[in-house]
Amino acid sequence: MVWLVVLALLLVAPFVGVYPVFLMNALCFAIFACAFNLLLGYTGLLSFGHAAFMGSAAYITGWLVRSAGWSPEAGVLAGTLGAALLGLLVGLVAIRRQGIYFAMVTLAMAQMIYFICLQVPYTGGEDGMQGVPRGTLLGVLPLGSDLVMYFLVLAIFVGVFLGVTRIVHSPYGQVLKAIRENEPRAISLGYDVDRYKLLAFVLSTTIAGLAGSVKTLVLGFATLSDVHWSLSGEVVLMTLLGGMGTFAGPVIGAFTIIGLQNFLADRVGSWVTVIIGAIFVFCVIAFRKGIVGELLAWQQRRRAA
Amino acid sequence: MSEIFGIPIQAFLGQLLLGLVNGSFYAMLSLGLAVIFGLLGIVNFAHGALYMIGAYVAWFSLEKFGLNYWLALIISPVVVGALGVLIERLFLKRLYKLDPLYGLLLTFGLALIAEGIFRDQFGVSGQQYPVPELLQGATNLGFMVLPNYRAWVVVACLSICLGTWFLIEKTSLGATLRASTENPALVQAFGINVPLMVTMTYAGGAGLAAMAGVLAAPVIQITPLMGSNLIIVVFAVVVIGGMGSILGSILTGVLLGLTEGLTKVFYPEASSIVVFVIMVIVLMVRPAGLFGKEK
Repeated sequence: MVWLVVLALLLVAPFVGVYPVFLMNALCFAIFACAFNLLLGYTGLLSFGHAAFMGSAAYITGWLVRSAGWSPEAGVLAGTLGAALLGLLVGLVAIRRQGIYFAMVTLAMAQMIYFICLQVPYTGGEDGMQGVPRGTLLGVLPLGSDLVMYFLVLAIFVGVFLGVTRIVHSPYGQVLKAIRENEPRAISLGYDVDRYKLLAFVLSTTIAGLAGSVKTLVLGFATLSDVHWSLSGEVVLMTLLGGMGTFAGPVIGAFTIIGLQNFLADRVGSWVTVIIGAIFVFCVIAFRKGIVGELLAWQQRRRAA
Repeated sequence: MSEIFGIPIQAFLGQLLLGLVNGSFYAMLSLGLAVIFGLLGIVNFAHGALYMIGAYVAWFSLEKFGLNYWLALIISPVVVGALGVLIERLFLKRLYKLDPLYGLLLTFGLALIAEGIFRDQFGVSGQQYPVPELLQGATNLGFMVLPNYRAWVVVACLSICLGTWFLIEKTSLGATLRASTENPALVQAFGINVPLMVTMTYAGGAGLAAMAGVLAAPVIQITPLMGSNLIIVVFAVVVIGGMGSILGSILTGVLLGLTEGLTKVFYPEASSIVVFVIMVIVLMVRPAGLFGKEK
């Protein structure tokens, strides 16, 4: 019921004066955060390098659509697959360590990808990749119109959201939760934990890639900040603030953080970083369940009373 | 012999020295990380920010108060160490019972706050810190010209590292520290104030980072982002070395710095990623790290 209301709100939002590009950007980050939540919230793996997958896909799509003249759907598909492949490679290395080391390894490997993006000629280095055309979807839908593009992004978001929900509720998702709760026990029950974790990692990076590819089409550019570690940190914050391990949490977190950044950008300058950092500290110290998690806990307390 | 593998020997040794200087900083920072992780169970992302603040304190005390390099070498670790006490008392002590991931996230938030404040105050362009008079110039060793300050940095960093190693491995204070790492409840029962020791350890680690910042100040551009860029490499160093052994992390830091220097000579494009590539190889061959203990 709540979901239908939210969906209805999102459907009418561009008609009541909300800037569609802002909404599309926020939706892309919501997709990104959902992908991240699949890993942190449901598998218990903290990847501190998720921007690398989003950013690489953004570059791949941008280059193919702009310089190689691919259609947008083919470009997005290629970017997503590229992120999946990259996720497979990074995942194979990273799952060799657990816990805090996993976070450090993913951060280090993402930094390696960042340096590669900085140096290869295709990405435009510090200048970024500009002027990516949106083109026409399947040769019929002109994406140049913000409204058409918006509904496409919304459809993709709904698809991803339902997909993630389906994965979590599947038997496979249950195994992931078991790994999160007690990895040695899952091993002793006979599950090949490494394979489950690797698949979860690849699924997550694939969706993160999708978010990056779509974002390139929306904004028409891809820059180094898409692969930078600070974005990896932001997606952690979105998930944490919204509530990790909940379906709605990452979405709410993404809209909050992107909205906040938009709102603060012209007003406070570099204090944005300070505020983001302070929210981080606050969430870790006093608000670990996140917005949705706290709401759910409050509801449960009320029912019990 | 004026060339080695087709590279002028001057350039070759120069890069090697630069690698050694970087490696000394890696060693000093990964040492602090390892000590903090050992006792607090927290991966201190703010380590880079503390290093950055250390350099800024040195620069600031010279600009505003005219306090020279040698004084800064004492003042800066004290100031940053006090900041460390504050951080530990206010924030970190609330996290010890939680998953270590939260410690990483919290210190990440603190690093962002520090970077934002310094960027607002000092901008993103770098500040220069002069080489102290005593260490200006260079010594001609016959086969190469050795800048005095660089030589001092290597000697100072390695002495500090070995001093820390001695303190932890060979003194009774170190023994208590190591015992607290193994079993804090038992050490507490012996009447030792473990929470105080934890605070002082974090402060000590922060001070080490600050001292590295002061030592680095004359050879780098002091910018608000200098810490975060370095700390990620240091994370890779820590993964390669494994956080189990202090001598191990010192050795790994120096070796990786040298490797980076060598890469700059032979294949400069790869020099920024070589540490990460080595990390991947080590993880494939020996996941616990070179000096880490297999669980």
